[in-house]
Amino acid sequence: MMNKLLLITEIDVQTWTYILVGITFTLYIGIAIWSRAGSTKEFYVAGGGVSPLANGMATAADWMSAASFISMAGIISFAGYDGAVYLMGWTGGYVLLALLLAPYLRKFGKFTVPDFIGDRYYSKTARIVAVFCALLVSFTYVAGQMRGVGIVFSRFLEVDINTGVIIGMLIVLFYAVLGGMKGITYTQVAQYCVLIFAFMVPAIFISIQMTGNPIPQLGFGATLSDGSGTYLLDKLDGLSTQLGFAEYTEGSKSTIDVFAITLALMVGTAGLPHVIVRFFTVKRVKDARKSAGIALLLIVILYTTAPAVAAFARTNMIETVSNQPFEEVPVWFKKWETTGLIAFEDKNNDGLISYVADVSKNELTVDRDIMVLANPEIAKLPNWVIALVAAGGLAAALSTAAGLLLVISSSVSHDLIKKIIKPSISEKGELVAARLSAVGAVCVAGYFGINPPGFVAAVVALAFGLAAASFFPAIILGVFYKRMNKEGAVAGMVVGIISMLLYMMKYKLGWFDEVLPNKNEWWFGISPEGFGTIAMLLNFMVAIVVMKFTKAPPIEVQEIVDTIRIPSGANKALEH
Amino acid sequence: MDKKDKAKAYWRNNIKYVLILLGIWFVVSYGAGILFRDQLNQIKIGGFKLGFWFAQQGSMYVFVVLIFVYVKLMNKLDKKYGYDE
Repeated sequence: MMNKLLLITEIDVQTWTYILVGITFTLYIGIAIWSRAGSTKEFYVAGGGVSPLANGMATAADWMSAASFISMAGIISFAGYDGAVYLMGWTGGYVLLALLLAPYLRKFGKFTVPDFIGDRYYSKTARIVAVFCALLVSFTYVAGQMRGVGIVFSRFLEVDINTGVIIGMLIVLFYAVLGGMKGITYTQVAQYCVLIFAFMVPAIFISIQMTGNPIPQLGFGATLSDGSGTYLLDKLDGLSTQLGFAEYTEGSKSTIDVFAITLALMVGTAGLPHVIVRFFTVKRVKDARKSAGIALLLIVILYTTAPAVAAFARTNMIETVSNQPFEEVPVWFKKWETTGLIAFEDKNNDGLISYVADVSKNELTVDRDIMVLANPEIAKLPNWVIALVAAGGLAAALSTAAGLLLVISSSVSHDLIKKIIKPSISEKGELVAARLSAVGAVCVAGYFGINPPGFVAAVVALAFGLAAASFFPAIILGVFYKRMNKEGAVAGMVVGIISMLLYMMKYKLGWFDEVLPNKNEWWFGISPEGFGTIAMLLNFMVAIVVMKFTKAPPIEVQEIVDTIRIPSGANKALEH
Repeated sequence: MDKKDKAKAYWRNNIKYVLILLGIWFVVSYGAGILFRDQLNQIKIGGFKLGFWFAQQGSMYVFVVLIFVYVKLMNKLDKKYGYDE
């Protein structure tokens, strides 16, 4: 017995990582084989009979990407209060989804978001615009996910990033192509369990260490366990100002920008096609509402823990390294230094690590991802916990990538091929087309993962702005404004998406000027991340004005609107 | 009540619920967490300044509650109008 225990503590991180990643990957592949899709209905919407709980878990995993799992806590720990834009933005959107979108789209009951836009606005042009927006949003987003898979592999398994991307591609390819939405749904259920366990275990350990409270959400507002009686957040505010940073609980963005970014993220979340399609998979309208609630509850478990982890990690890091002699830094510092995630340059040659806000004097650069990746090591947690973080990060990245790939493949096989190019295609033919486009999409995503164009990282956050500027108004108006017609909706989407793209190119990518224009030139002081809010308002205004001058939609379409407002009979809708 | 009036009454009721719940949604996040956080930050609960707490914790708890309240209300409304299945 004693020997065995000893053995477990002696297994190194690398071996643990192989064991845990191996077990989880076998599980995903097993589920994929068990849940192969046999029809287009199974491939696109998992047969339409997923339970609210399973759909809630799948939605949560679909939604929480490598960015939520690996980067978010780190971003918050450097941004302090400003990090709230992500927390509120990425959760508040579910309220909009549950109250304004999910029930009606489920009642409408087709396979994709362009399906709704195309039918509700009785127009091929509307459908094509919607397909274009869906592809644009999903591709920008998925490239980031594949990169995330590569990074986790390379850091924990010491293979190079490209090998990591290829392994990730093969796994996703296997279960997305074989199982379609059905395979993706049940692997996402498993992935949710893996990722939430992997996120919570280190968080609970650290909360106990720092505050004595096992619940991170409460430890966040508790006193430190060092006996000083100081509140964690007061300590952190003090440390931050001492080093010349803004107070942690105050942040430094302007109020209007915080407002605009939060709104753009909320509305964008509600407009993301890979999230919306999840609600096509449940049986009844009331299941759609309920599973939105379950999804948000499961997401909020991680999202309320992340800011606590952020505060713990930042306090811990400042106390461990600030003004300490470089010779005496702990092992993890040296280890992560070799990955380039943390770097020390002794500018004044005093041998001490000086970490301050003043760039000319600061000697320490820290990549924000390290806050989650290295946190277990910083807090001296056992090896298996460190390996667990790798398995969790992979689960988060793979589940989101799979959901996005399905949107891409169904946009091509269903919306383009079946609905526009070759309506006579057989069910079997469409299924083959769906599988082939999934293969194509994985290859493109993998290519971007291996050769990330410089602008991908910058653009991923803006996928929300694009979704906010295009789908959200078109769907809302389609449900709540019976008089809205195709002219209005198409004009609105086109103006929304173009204004968002132009603002992004000018103020985020700097394509129109010699140098990137600075903050003072932003319209109303709103950053490119927050511009989705303005683009969404433009979409609404243009749509309504154009509608006023064009003729009302045909009676049959107005009748569709009447039917989608009534919840009963959702299953019949799916049969046609 | 004929079929059309019934559908209309149901829809009006639904809109009322949505507007009230979205009102609360706006107040906790944009109100307490962003616009009025400086005022709320004067109040401290445990180690949390209240505005900061709403921005990084409280608003998210309220969001979850809002959806489940809507689920409850709508299930009742569906039953009342015979749209339940």
